[in-house]
Amino acid sequence: MKYTDVLIIGGGPAGLCAAISAAEAGCKVLLVDRNRSLGGQLVKQTHMFFGSEKQYASVRGIDISKILLNQIHDKENIEILNDTTILGIYEDGVITAESSGIYMKIKVKSTIVATGASEKTLAFPNNDLPGVYGAGAVQTLMNEHGIKPGKNVLMVGAGNIGLIVSYQLLQAGVKVAAIIDAAPNIGGYLVHASKVRRSGVPIYTRHTVKQAYGKDELKGATIHKLDENWNPIEGTEMDLDIDVMCIAVGLSPLCELLWQAGCEMKYMNELGGYVPLRNERMETSIPGIFVAGDVGGVEEASSAMVEGYLAGINAAQSIGHTVCNIEEKKKDLHDQLHALRSGPVGTKIREGITQLQTVLEAAASSSL
Amino acid sequence: MLASTGVPTRVDIEKAFPNEVRMNQGAAAVIECFQNIPCNPCYTACNRNAIKEFQDINDLPLIDHEQCNGCGLCISKCPGLAIMVVDMTYSEHEGLLKIPYEFIPLPVEGDIVRGLDRSGKHMCDVKVVKVLNTKYLDRTPIISIAVPKEYIHNVRNIGMGD
Repeated sequence: MKYTDVLIIGGGPAGLCAAISAAEAGCKVLLVDRNRSLGGQLVKQTHMFFGSEKQYASVRGIDISKILLNQIHDKENIEILNDTTILGIYEDGVITAESSGIYMKIKVKSTIVATGASEKTLAFPNNDLPGVYGAGAVQTLMNEHGIKPGKNVLMVGAGNIGLIVSYQLLQAGVKVAAIIDAAPNIGGYLVHASKVRRSGVPIYTRHTVKQAYGKDELKGATIHKLDENWNPIEGTEMDLDIDVMCIAVGLSPLCELLWQAGCEMKYMNELGGYVPLRNERMETSIPGIFVAGDVGGVEEASSAMVEGYLAGINAAQSIGHTVCNIEEKKKDLHDQLHALRSGPVGTKIREGITQLQTVLEAAASSSL
Repeated sequence: MLASTGVPTRVDIEKAFPNEVRMNQGAAAVIECFQNIPCNPCYTACNRNAIKEFQDINDLPLIDHEQCNGCGLCISKCPGLAIMVVDMTYSEHEGLLKIPYEFIPLPVEGDIVRGLDRSGKHMCDVKVVKVLNTKYLDRTPIISIAVPKEYIHNVRNIGMGD
């Protein structure tokens, strides 16, 4: 049996920051990731981040992961277990894991689940043809392994991921035939949209995939226009000669471990799917289990990092550790989250979180 | 319009440019940031207090073109690559645009390349005057291009090869 104060599940932006702040509070930290290397999606983000200096604005995601990993390697009280998958969370504080084929048990005082999110998919005829990729796979191939996914791409989804991956494809010398989105407006930041537009990539809003075609591999796709009720309009079909289709239609929280642990969950469309109820301290309905990042609601990496710091500090405090000026530090983190979410692009997140808190308060008052 | 196409309107663009008097006095930054997103590094980058401090990080940047000397420090710090510098004093018939450009191969000084508008359409040919790719720019090189004055509001990108 392995012992630790704080176990952090997931080494993406939220998990890395949680590890740093829990370690700064003096906790013994075990940081576990099922991948070979840490950094999560940061390692594929070649673009500069938004936000303020505190969330590394203007620094590229790939460089942010290096900055955070350097801080982690400098701390003697953080142990890293990569290639390790957490299997189960039990009520007696024992957590089971599989590490390179070996089954192991970890006894923890407090746990932070920062498992992130997975990509949603889209149903259309022939969506199983080789050549139809999720955006994350295209980024992994291209930005981690230096492999072009193909020659001519249809990007499905004009959210930030669809726009950013399109730009990265152009940078890699791959043609992007079009970006389509079923919604009437572009969902991602308009500055990202303008970047790909001025390179000549058309963006068709209110469009979706009718079908993909090809025998052994993707040879092309037909797209069509949608009316105001999201129904296809006959006669608007457009054929695109493409060899890659990249699906970027959103993410949903990877919360299986929270279900298994028995955390109270709620479906929140605004947050991407089922998310755990949690209080201001990022603690779920099960004392000692905290969350940070996309697993608690799909959002930008900037807020995932701030949530990570917050969950780390609170998890440490819950088991008797502290740092100087702890209340000021927590207030600053809350203020940062508030600032990141307070504008028009944060509306959905704000509404989702407010609803979660209402449910939590109702539950608290009914137990009186 | 911008929200469904990604292309700002003529009105949007003209609002972002300095007024005509200022345009004819020399270089100044043009910030094409039209959406309230949480982001403020342009303010942090500006040494001359031309880009004003944000009350709320979601505010649109506010630039005082009288304070701006077109130094271009903000160009490569904008995560949206939404800033360029315009200088109408470059020559009698051409204005100079300094644009961020993150593609390879980079052009070299003296190249004649395609001047593209905000939808990627070829407007006119432009001459590459300078290519800056310093450590400060951190992989967002700045390309200076000489653009016929009548196209100064149109050109926003360059096209190389085919």
